Amino acid sequence: MSDPKVVTGNAQPAKKAATGAYTPANVSPSRRARHKYTVRLWAVRNSRFLEWFYNRFADLFLTLHPLWNALGYNRVERPVTFIERHVKGFLFDCRMCGQCALSSTGMSCPMNCPKQLRNGPCGGVRANGHCEVEPDMPCVWVQAWKGSQNMVKGDAIMNVQKPVNQSLRETSSWLRVTAEAAARRDAARKETQR
Amino acid sequence: MSPDINPLDPSAPLDPLPGHTSRGRLERVLRRGEFAVTAELNPPDSANPQDVYERAAIFDGWVDGINAVDASGANCHMSSVGICALLTRMGYAPIMQIACRDKNRIAIQGDVLGASAMGVQNIMCLTGDGVQAGDQPGAKPVFDLDCMSLLETVRIMRDNSKFLSGRKLTTPPQVFLGAAINPFAPPYDFRPYRLAKKIEAGAQFVQSQYCFDVPMFREYMKKVRDLGLHEKCFILVGVGPMASAKTARWIRSNVPGIHIPDSVIKRLEGAQDQKEEGKQLCIDIINEVKEIEGVSGVHVMAYRQEEYVAEIVHESGVLKGRRPWKPETTPTDALVAERLEHLREGVEENQQQMAEAAAHHPH
Repeated sequence: MSDPKVVTGNAQPAKKAATGAYTPANVSPSRRARHKYTVRLWAVRNSRFLEWFYNRFADLFLTLHPLWNALGYNRVERPVTFIERHVKGFLFDCRMCGQCALSSTGMSCPMNCPKQLRNGPCGGVRANGHCEVEPDMPCVWVQAWKGSQNMVKGDAIMNVQKPVNQSLRETSSWLRVTAEAAARRDAARKETQR
Repeated sequence: MSPDINPLDPSAPLDPLPGHTSRGRLERVLRRGEFAVTAELNPPDSANPQDVYERAAIFDGWVDGINAVDASGANCHMSSVGICALLTRMGYAPIMQIACRDKNRIAIQGDVLGASAMGVQNIMCLTGDGVQAGDQPGAKPVFDLDCMSLLETVRIMRDNSKFLSGRKLTTPPQVFLGAAINPFAPPYDFRPYRLAKKIEAGAQFVQSQYCFDVPMFREYMKKVRDLGLHEKCFILVGVGPMASAKTARWIRSNVPGIHIPDSVIKRLEGAQDQKEEGKQLCIDIINEVKEIEGVSGVHVMAYRQEEYVAEIVHESGVLKGRRPWKPETTPTDALVAERLEHLREGVEENQQQMAEAAAHHPH
């Protein structure tokens, strides 16, 4: 090919077929709004930094717990979800499943997998490390394994993840994690006071 | 008579044994340390039960378990639940595959209970191919669970007698849990850890994807042994005959997840009779992998060449003279047949004469 740049994007089956990639029926079961993986791949490369940053960020959110409580978690839900969707959407192509597993998956969002696997790669990963369903997309889990190698707590990739709770979709996982951590902290405090 | 048959009724579950989770034949064979052989039934595109029985009869006396595939490759066929219902009736030991592609957690948990009630002793948890690979790419992919959470779901049902929601089961499904592995796809160094995860989630046996690259598999098994996984789970290696070099090449480029090295294709191409060579290649691979420490059996996937399974198993000698179960008439069957024949002849029975005969019957 004269143009060495591989055509990206998922809604272009004809172009995909021209690259010689496996295109069974010119159909992608999960059409994607995003069509570039650059930022996503950057996030995986910098997973250690993002892990560090997220830990600081989670601490900050936890110290703000009294504020969230005063305002009411329900009332801040909408604006926080808005910010979370756009920040994580830009960085990780976040799908807003509402139960973020990024720190266990090497900062590669598993909901971008066409099979939405949260526990590791399927058996269909191509020899070049690309997805079986989306031939031009690097396999989310090949990336996740790479990302987890850089992380301090990369071993979290070995944890078996629970099935997704679909009723939490489109809600803020930041707030949920904070509320849960605050509840745990309060419980621990009560325990020590006794 | 083999100890793996219920003497009263071949389709009934066996007596429970200590340390066994299921009451089936496959688990007994594996736990006794025997080399197990399983095969895959090509599911019919028909509503005729005879089609299933004909396809299963080819394996009689050669395999310890028959995989009932759940729309493999996302192609529509008779459902695995249906095939299992038919096979268990006849006393076969099916391995019911469940793919996460088509059913959500509600349907899957219901199917597990139904299957276990029918006498299915082995359940294999798979993610399933994407819908785009099959004959109906416009279908909605479900993937509510993944293979790992599916394994965990069934394990919770079995061991804790609970649904995923926590609701109680009155009788848990006593099943032997299986999963699939593919050591031949990237990320290669993660694959053994993924097996560890599957074992943690509940896998008791695993069947691998087609193995054509023995050195690669050996490397994988080395890591598996280092992690001590071969002691926690029975590993069955997937093998199968290739009909020709052309088929091999087609599979390599069109079926995701199957790794066929160039040397295999070259060997097939160089042969006079490619079909024969494909069979010989399969036997050679079995002979190589059976020596690898940690391998407990083979899973023969002879798609559309099912008639060769017996030959392959026989020539590789993996059974070492052992004869797996095959449908046979029990003494009671003969008695019933004789009695029915008697009735059909229309001989009138005199109760008094019969009592008289019985009274003078020499014991």
